[in-house]
Amino acid sequence: MSDAPPRKQGFVRELLGRRDYAIISEIIDPGAKVLDLGCGDGELLQWLAENKNVQARGVEISGEKVRRAIARGVSAYQGDIDQGLADYPELAFDYVILSQTLQETRHPRKVLSEMLRVGRRAIVAFPNFGHWRMRLSMLASGRAPRTKLFPHQWYDSPNIHFLTVHDFEDLAAAEGLVVERRYFLAGRRRLTLLPNLTAEVAVFLVRKP
Amino acid sequence: MIVEVNTARFDSITLDNGATVAPVEVAYETYGALNPARSNAILILHAWTGDAHAAGISHETAKPGWWDNMIGPGKAFDTNKYFVICSNVLSGCNGTTGPSSVDPATGCPYAMTFPVTTIGDMVRLQRMLIDSMGIERLLAVAGGSMGGMQALEWAVDYPERVVCCLPIATTWRHSAQQIAFNEVGRQAIMADPDWNGGNYYGKQPPARGLAVARMVGHITFMSDDSMREKFGRRLRGKDAFGFDFEVDFEVESYLRYRGNQFVSRFDANSYLYTTKAMDYFDLAAGRGSLAAAFEKCTARFLVISFSSDWLYPSYQSREIVSALRGMNHDVAYVDLESNYGHDSFLVDVAEQSQLVSGFLASTFEKVR
Repeated sequence: MSDAPPRKQGFVRELLGRRDYAIISEIIDPGAKVLDLGCGDGELLQWLAENKNVQARGVEISGEKVRRAIARGVSAYQGDIDQGLADYPELAFDYVILSQTLQETRHPRKVLSEMLRVGRRAIVAFPNFGHWRMRLSMLASGRAPRTKLFPHQWYDSPNIHFLTVHDFEDLAAAEGLVVERRYFLAGRRRLTLLPNLTAEVAVFLVRKP
Repeated sequence: MIVEVNTARFDSITLDNGATVAPVEVAYETYGALNPARSNAILILHAWTGDAHAAGISHETAKPGWWDNMIGPGKAFDTNKYFVICSNVLSGCNGTTGPSSVDPATGCPYAMTFPVTTIGDMVRLQRMLIDSMGIERLLAVAGGSMGGMQALEWAVDYPERVVCCLPIATTWRHSAQQIAFNEVGRQAIMADPDWNGGNYYGKQPPARGLAVARMVGHITFMSDDSMREKFGRRLRGKDAFGFDFEVDFEVESYLRYRGNQFVSRFDANSYLYTTKAMDYFDLAAGRGSLAAAFEKCTARFLVISFSSDWLYPSYQSREIVSALRGMNHDVAYVDLESNYGHDSFLVDVAEQSQLVSGFLASTFEKVR
């Protein structure tokens, strides 16, 4: 794999019912080595392996999901993302994916730095806590906001680190990372205007300088 | 599926300790058919006191194989797709040369003059068998417990000949605790006067010692939970304590039964030799480190451990996985929830079957 930025590809609307998956699948070059953190039951990795011939690996904490991933042929490992990357050598992967999981990790900054130790590029997709509905919900109710994107009660939410589009940009800048591409999504649409207010999900492609 | 055991015979084998055994025989069974490309062969490695009869119904004994729930048409190791081979280990007592075999030099059983063998020696003999079948590469090597050790040894010793490796409920080296349990078993056998320095063939074998050794083994194969579930404190055939040292509890009865039953099917000296082979097993020894041992591996791995297995605890599997990931190898790993302790890989096979089946299918897809 060269260090040249990935070439632009046609935009598909969604993959496996998820638009962040569609974007991730477009970013990833055929034949790449890919690690998916929080890979669930391996749906995305299986698709990438079959359609882009990637060498796919996954990490997932839930034993049941790992079982389903392995049963569909994905090399998944049952382990914790927060500490699960230490075993891998540097630059073992072309891409490390963290899809809708950053907000659930205990040490997001360490996770990001580990992703870019073991991978040349990191793809981070996360729900945007800065979306106007979140702001409105909190303003109007005076309680921890709940929307369709963040449906949980505060006490049983898996989300322990809330972040916005701006927050991620700030972290990337503070860590000296290069943001190669950014995508913003709301429902079935892709946005460019005022993403911190309008995006439900953001997808960033970052690398070290 | 009625199956028959076959025997292959080789002129000699040279062992890790430099000794030679000549000639050497190996008992094996096969299930399914080798495809024309010879790309669908799977070698199943048996555990400690297992044998070549892994699946189907034995023509000789009418008994099902020890992993019949995993191997067969439509099962995890699907004999409609794969050609499955299982052989008895070197130093065993079920058709492969071991201490109970006759030494052609003396005309008497080897007994303790049989050389001490290693997991590596077992694997070398299996390789000779695979060579004789004209199989260049094995689609998979798979086994639980001591079978898992052999699977790992295969992937390390013959990296170019293994497409995927499935070490289950196993370790990359025997721990002090594992060696300790084996030593208790060995001492029980050797303390039995009938053992007679290993020279009991044609006479009364050390049945008491071997039965006690097996009782210890059975305790380590189960879990606290599974023993509570199976026996609890239930009494055996009585309503009150006997206030003597006959059997009171169900668990005592079970252990005595299993111990005595074992004596009729297993050779005490083979027990000594196979425990020694496991105790010597350390994949890192002579190779620098576990990671270094895996350096030349090209196999894809599926490592499985069981939550209640305290004989081969999950941390030992995670160490294998950690070293493999460190070398950037292709490895899948899961710790399956089960209450059956070390026996889980033999008895609690529903989830294990799904994993093995999917993993093999996706691997076979790539080599076909």
